[in-house]
Amino acid sequence: MKKILSLGLAAVLAASLTACGGSSSSETTTAAAAETEAAAEETEAAEDAPAEAADSDAAFKIGMIGPLTGGAAAYGLGVRNAAELAIAEVNAAGGINGYQVEYSAQDDEHDAEKCVNAYNTLKDWGMQMLIGAVTSKPCIAVSAETAADNMFQITPSGSAVECIAEDNVFRVCFSDPDQGKASAQYIADNNLATKIGVIYDSSTEYSTGILESFQAEAEAQGLEIVAEEAFTADNATDFSVQIDNCREAGAELMFMPFYYTEASTVLKQCADKDYKPIFFGVDGMDGILTVENFDASLAEGVMLLTPFSADEDSSKDFVEAYQAAYGEVPNQFAADAYDAVYAIKAAAEQANVTPDMEISDICEAMKVAMTEITIDGLTGTGMTWNASGEPEKAPKAAMIVDGAYVMQ
Amino acid sequence: MSFLSCLISGISLGSVYAIIALGYTMVYGIAKMLNFAHGDIIMVGAFTAFTIVSSLGMPSMMGVLAAIILCTALGVTVERIAYKPLRGASSLAVLITAIGVSYFLQNVVLLIFGPNPKKFQSVVTLPGLKLAGGELSISAVTIVTVITCLLVMAVLTTFINRTKMGQAMLAVSEDRGAATLMGINVNGTIALTFAIGSALAAVAGVLYCSAYDTLTPYIGSMPGIKAFVAAVFGGIGSIPGAFIGGIVMGIIEQMTKKYISSQLADAIVFAVLIIVLLVRPTGLLGRKIHEKV
Repeated sequence: MKKILSLGLAAVLAASLTACGGSSSSETTTAAAAETEAAAEETEAAEDAPAEAADSDAAFKIGMIGPLTGGAAAYGLGVRNAAELAIAEVNAAGGINGYQVEYSAQDDEHDAEKCVNAYNTLKDWGMQMLIGAVTSKPCIAVSAETAADNMFQITPSGSAVECIAEDNVFRVCFSDPDQGKASAQYIADNNLATKIGVIYDSSTEYSTGILESFQAEAEAQGLEIVAEEAFTADNATDFSVQIDNCREAGAELMFMPFYYTEASTVLKQCADKDYKPIFFGVDGMDGILTVENFDASLAEGVMLLTPFSADEDSSKDFVEAYQAAYGEVPNQFAADAYDAVYAIKAAAEQANVTPDMEISDICEAMKVAMTEITIDGLTGTGMTWNASGEPEKAPKAAMIVDGAYVMQ
Repeated sequence: MSFLSCLISGISLGSVYAIIALGYTMVYGIAKMLNFAHGDIIMVGAFTAFTIVSSLGMPSMMGVLAAIILCTALGVTVERIAYKPLRGASSLAVLITAIGVSYFLQNVVLLIFGPNPKKFQSVVTLPGLKLAGGELSISAVTIVTVITCLLVMAVLTTFINRTKMGQAMLAVSEDRGAATLMGINVNGTIALTFAIGSALAAVAGVLYCSAYDTLTPYIGSMPGIKAFVAAVFGGIGSIPGAFIGGIVMGIIEQMTKKYISSQLADAIVFAVLIIVLLVRPTGLLGRKIHEKV
């Protein structure tokens, strides 16, 4: 009986293996066929000057990578949905340079290795430009790949410095140092506090990057950092000692440069201890109100550096469209992604690129065009980019009041 | 004062490790296998309680009960499907299977509940103890966890030493072959061990999430490993050892954060483990087994 069962299992396995082999080989052939087709079209395009009529069914293929599952999924889903929304709008309005845009999103689970796998999947699909990755670590990993292929990449929210170290990568959000610096400036300018306690995640570049620039700027602004407490991703459940240390050092403001999942736990444990400093977070704090079953009163008065608020007048149309399509209020990551799509559109039109161009040629043209465009987006007006890929726009802060973000 | 407050937070963290470690040590002690999926059964228990209490609005005791029933069934099923066929295989094969089960459970829960973190409402609604004008606070969850740990320890020890089934467990853990010859149903005994271990995991899950309220499909893995370390630290297989190991680990972790460096907490905890194992290879309360040659 057992033998029959195991034989049966083996047969099923073998069948599934052959099935996999079969489908992947057929995919390769279609891809190869597509390549020859594309090559043929190119020669055609070279011969005929008005090429547009010849390949009117050609389309730009834009890929997206981000954490669609896992602890950082709120960011990835926001980016995926908003980019989808923006691309639908662009397509409805006639596309980019008259070409429609095709879109495919892949999950990286906030993991560098899976991100590179997702990138290879998208490349097989025929991706020409990449929106992503959403979080810093995977973004750094994938930027090495896009640089090797010279593919144009724009990350909505990869804020680590190294994310855009390659010159084919641009970003929409502020870099970590800019966030840390802007936070210290904001705290000093508004006289929020002079004694500051910091809790940070020493296992992410995101958190340590912000901390370093915050320290430098805090010193310049005459703010005193009285406590500096770390935790790691594997040790992010009990913050009582860190909180106690901040309290004993007399911190009036707690700077929290880490993600909202941990932030919600820190807020809860502070409340349990009746400790109420001013809480100041950065863009990772955005999303805290989406945590299911979270007591929003714990976040009352929390301040965060964010370029986007769903309650602003200027973002009303976007928020309504997003809510209609996905049933929730978009976060800052969604806004970054929406702006990323329009940045691609503006730059592609500036450079006059077409889908039949080589990936590398598109990238070269886009790199120049990105520094020439100016966009009024959801995350800032008059946004421009410099050649290193860094955006230039003014920082803004929001406060959580009655369970909503209110711009300050 | 800050020392006392740190000690209390150490005990509260340690009590959570301890209750998870009890399940680990129980299964290891009898079945002689590392059930790496133990942490994920904890997670399933917490999600069950969350669904019953927060989503269906039933009283919290119902949630705990449902978690225990579901986890027991799950533990026995996992043992039957994934571990029993490997009874004769090398321990490495079983270990790898356990890791597989762990990922399987994580991803099933991910599929059902989605990735967004949820906030678990504590099943312990009593107010905490506040001493010295609020500077020292002991949460009610900590008190309940410690009491539960002690209770579980007492019940388990009595069960193993005083009942026939408990004696059968001991026999199976000593020598499986000899136990079979004595007429003990080895498979049944191991299944019972898993049932008890998983029921403990359910209780641990509910208490863990009551203390640290974030609920995601991944919450089981790290506490699972820490609790495993605590069980080894106390002497794996020893029930009081798991409790002491858990508490000591919690205290070391919090003291390190307080007096040495919050970054080094995990490193030092694991370094202490290595030292303990070098000095006492069987852990604090582990039994020395002399192999006869």
